[in-house]
Amino acid sequence: MTEKLTLVSHVDAINWNRIQDDKDVEVWNRLTANFWLPEKVPLSGDIQSWATLTPEEQTLTMRVFTGLTLLDTIQGTVGAVSLIPDALTPHEEAVYTNIAFMESVHAKSYSSIFSTLCSTPEIDAAFRWSTENQNLQRKAQIVLDYYHGDDPLKRKVASTLLESFLFYSGFYLPMYWSSRAKLTNTADLIRLIIRDEAVHGYYIGYKYQKGLETESAARQEELKEYTFNLLYDLYENEVQYTQDLYDGLGMTEDVKKFLHYNANKALMNLGYEALFPANVTDVSPAILSALSPNADENHDFFSGSGSSYVIGKHEETTDDDWDF
Amino acid sequence: MASLVYFSSASGNTHRFVEKLGVPAHRIPLLPTEEPLTVDEPYVLIVPTYGGGNGKGAVPKQVIKFLNDEHNRSYIRGVVSAGNTNFGAAYCIAGDIISSKCDVPHLYKFELFGTPDDVTAVRNGLDLLWKQQ
Repeated sequence: MTEKLTLVSHVDAINWNRIQDDKDVEVWNRLTANFWLPEKVPLSGDIQSWATLTPEEQTLTMRVFTGLTLLDTIQGTVGAVSLIPDALTPHEEAVYTNIAFMESVHAKSYSSIFSTLCSTPEIDAAFRWSTENQNLQRKAQIVLDYYHGDDPLKRKVASTLLESFLFYSGFYLPMYWSSRAKLTNTADLIRLIIRDEAVHGYYIGYKYQKGLETESAARQEELKEYTFNLLYDLYENEVQYTQDLYDGLGMTEDVKKFLHYNANKALMNLGYEALFPANVTDVSPAILSALSPNADENHDFFSGSGSSYVIGKHEETTDDDWDF
Repeated sequence: MASLVYFSSASGNTHRFVEKLGVPAHRIPLLPTEEPLTVDEPYVLIVPTYGGGNGKGAVPKQVIKFLNDEHNRSYIRGVVSAGNTNFGAAYCIAGDIISSKCDVPHLYKFELFGTPDDVTAVRNGLDLLWKQQ
């Protein structure tokens, strides 16, 4: 590698008792409270369900997951780490290390799904597809280029769009299966990832807005234009990627609605108004209800930490508890 | 004269939603050092949902403090909540909690700082609500 390694130039011992931005603590607490590992999700419960999918549906599912693995790998090893030198506070740096690690957990969790459900040759074929699919590679390259660029705020835009928009062509499929009572444990694991990505997108978008406040009006305008241009580029590529994956099963149009819906949320995380009007964001109610499982997943008492599984814990009561 | 009361954290999403509504509104203070808010007229509360795990800590503590004041609580007529569907079952759960504790309807849910359609829906809904009161 010829480029110069950028690291934070000066480090003081981090003092969590002196906080410049309360958001750092709030998000740190939220992320650590949400911590999970794929081993806690009983994926083997999906083996029978996997067998009911057609070979075409199985191939699609595996390709979707290798695509997601690639994005999580980028975010874990490059994306979140590239934000550290630009952090405004030492606590922000610490939050990015948490985000980076969690992205690596996400990336690994797809391999847990694969090893539970698929054979080694099938897994290898799916990973080969991910390195050969042009639209997937282009998506990765666009984001990587910005991570290697020299504009800290543009890096945050690229990162937020990845966290809050680029994952969703993939997330659609496990939610679709879940709404049909298939691969429900896998869906449960994906919901944990979806929950984490929401916090990541919210936080990085928030830090972007904090940074933007200190910029000149002209520079704010430039960054806004840049954000929308990047979104258009990524969107165009994302539509083609969606067609590559979903055309065979006739699902592309509904996936696109899910893309629009999430593109709006990505923009809002960055402080911009929604772009896509309501008539192209009306995601199928089945998908939306699959996002909100309302504790109806098929966990048994002994299984681990699904997205709606609550581990019992005690807490001292205070007067406030009875005073509401 | 009815009004709006809202809370918004440093990220300001709920504040932006209220700005877009263009209706006079009282903001619950962010810091404990600020003067507490007292309200003397019926209001609808707009509140973001915190957390995202199991619903613990979903209602911001500033809002709990505001509602613990019985005088303030007596004027609440409804709650509108913000959240993110990524949080699954915890989506807008702060609105559900306040709705059940204060026995008022959970009028509307929106994500982040709301789309233009959300703004129109809430503005029209509030008009209708206050006419019925």
